[in-house]
Amino acid sequence: MIYRTFWDLTVSGIVLGLIYALVALGYTMVYGVLRLINFAHSEIFMVGTFGVLVSLTKVFGISLFDDGQYPYRSGFVLVAILVGSTVAAMVVSGAGAVVLERTAYRPLRGAGDAYGAVVLAFLTGLIASFLFSDHMMTNLAISAVITGPVSVVYVRIFRRGRQAPRLAFLISAIGSSMAMAEAVATWGPDQRSVYKTPRVLEKKVLVNFLGADVRIDYVIVAIGAILMMTSLLLFVNRTRLGRGIRAVAQDAETARILGVNVNSVILVTFLLGGAMAGGAAMMFTLVYDQTRFNIGFLLGVKSFTAAVLGGIGNIKGALLGGIVLGLAENYGSSIFGGQWKDVIAFVVLLTVLMFRPTGILGESLGKARV
Amino acid sequence: MSLTDAFRQRTAPQLQLGNRFRALPRSAKWSLSALLIVAFYLTPYWPDVPVLGWIINTPGTSFENVLTDQIMMFILVALGLNVVVGFAGLLDLGYVGFYAVGAYTTAVVTSGQFTLPWIAALPLSVIMAMIAGVILGTPTLRLRGDYLAIVTLGFGEIIRITANNSDWLGGPRGISKVPHPPSIGPLKFGVLNAKPYWYLGFTVILVVIFVLTRLEKSRVGRAWAAVREDEDAAELMGVDTFKFKLWAFAIGAAIGGIAGSLYASKVGFINPDNFQLQLSILFLAAVVLGGTGSMYGVIMGGFLVAWIPERFRGFSTRRYFVFGVVLVLVMVFRPQGIIPRRGAAAGIAQKGESDV
Repeated sequence: MIYRTFWDLTVSGIVLGLIYALVALGYTMVYGVLRLINFAHSEIFMVGTFGVLVSLTKVFGISLFDDGQYPYRSGFVLVAILVGSTVAAMVVSGAGAVVLERTAYRPLRGAGDAYGAVVLAFLTGLIASFLFSDHMMTNLAISAVITGPVSVVYVRIFRRGRQAPRLAFLISAIGSSMAMAEAVATWGPDQRSVYKTPRVLEKKVLVNFLGADVRIDYVIVAIGAILMMTSLLLFVNRTRLGRGIRAVAQDAETARILGVNVNSVILVTFLLGGAMAGGAAMMFTLVYDQTRFNIGFLLGVKSFTAAVLGGIGNIKGALLGGIVLGLAENYGSSIFGGQWKDVIAFVVLLTVLMFRPTGILGESLGKARV
Repeated sequence: MSLTDAFRQRTAPQLQLGNRFRALPRSAKWSLSALLIVAFYLTPYWPDVPVLGWIINTPGTSFENVLTDQIMMFILVALGLNVVVGFAGLLDLGYVGFYAVGAYTTAVVTSGQFTLPWIAALPLSVIMAMIAGVILGTPTLRLRGDYLAIVTLGFGEIIRITANNSDWLGGPRGISKVPHPPSIGPLKFGVLNAKPYWYLGFTVILVVIFVLTRLEKSRVGRAWAAVREDEDAAELMGVDTFKFKLWAFAIGAAIGGIAGSLYASKVGFINPDNFQLQLSILFLAAVVLGGTGSMYGVIMGGFLVAWIPERFRGFSTRRYFVFGVVLVLVMVFRPQGIIPRRGAAAGIAQKGESDV
């Protein structure tokens, strides 16, 4: 029984692992430069899946079903839709990551600026408006009025440039993660239910590999993931900005003294991590055809596990960790039963942290610190 | 005077309130405390007081039930989580797990195969939660702060998934018909009247506050403070950091277990959905909002997190969003919370580069 489905599990495990790996890149890179687990990265992924949804249904105008059939497209149109949606997801996720950095992390480093102040002031106004009104337009109006003066006050407070302790970063990350997920759950059209995404790609079986069906969407995921990771590696290793990232990862203080603009390097890191999560979001919707407000949480924890497994801060490690975790999860759930699937990742994480906290390939983007 | 100076000045009166209280003569302190305690025992009657009632009463739901089902639990849980996060400086995101262990222990031993009396179920729940704390703490407490956070988060989820998948724990349907505590004279613990639960719960809160104040001032409390401020230095000074961190976990878990047990016997039925991850985050929000490490701060935080969504109905459906944003805002502008720990401001100023 297990033997018969072994290769099936292997193929789908690798595909799942590649998605984990792409999300893990965001954790790994941010951890490399900031020594921070960016808890909210899972929501950056989630926002990306909604970017795909909007792009497919609103920009390309595809409905869920055409006369009871899946809205399959083919040829050039299909390629255009896939590429367009990928770009949309990457833009949405990347932008989300940048706003997150500026709003929730940068002020804690004592480097808060006007952008973060405006977003925070708007959110303050929104929350305050809930006290008086239940009507969305009124809420928005109230917060719009409040934003101006409050953001001026916030900028003044930012000027004190106070550094927050490590714990504060984590709590801020958790808070923003919850706020993002709940914003989608509260103001999304279908709120907390599952959103189906149009299935534009007909999932034909390309080859049969030892009894396992290799579907076309699996192949696209594999090619896309490898492509994205290679370009990321090239960017980090070959470009000037990439050198900045590596410098900050090794020693932020020295990098700053030597003229690296640490804040813009951090921003670029978030942008890259967000874009990777956007790519992962596209692949996820391609394979599973659905999304939800809390889709990021478990996937985020698992991707983080993948990052730690491969060696946090290590880009190649993320790939290895992702695939190992994807396989472990698939094999494990066939042995112990599908309902324990989510427990497996946590057990793997705990085991790795206890016996080899630096992961399989070791921490490489920054200092090896345990 | 700049705006930031104005901010600083506005925080001053709160601090002086505490100092002024401490400067009072002993007899005045005792009588004032007694008066406050009586006033708090009468909390269920607060909505009938003219001005206070208008502020505190919750539209749509009975204040008594909000007090016992939400406020009481959040205060207890915030006190417990504060031991872990505030005293020892360990970020625990799976605290809901201990709460669940307490609730499920009470539910299993009082209804179903076993029919232990309630009075035996409560200590059993506390012991089980402590054991859960030690089981979680032993392998994980050697981990660095942020790793610890994510592993504890996993622990909370594992507890919930286990409860969901175990038939003897009722699976997704949970356990119903958990008996109420037995009546003591005129105090009848039933469904209709919530007041006795508050008398019971507030007594438990008082005991917990008493024990924790003693603990904080003892050798254990000083060891926790040392671990929180600088773990390496504490280790070098001869503090057995692992032992004391484990104690923090166990004691925090025990209080979570009490809260869970009380919750199960008040509400009468529990299922895995009562113990979602978001609840852990709300617990953390209570501690952080009130003032990490400050006992009266976290009580305030627990009260606010439980009460605000019920008082302002516009909040109730969006409470997770609101408290998510509030967590960020508090971290950005007032990391030490509404009522800061004494001496916290000085500590934070120097701790910019430290680990926790």
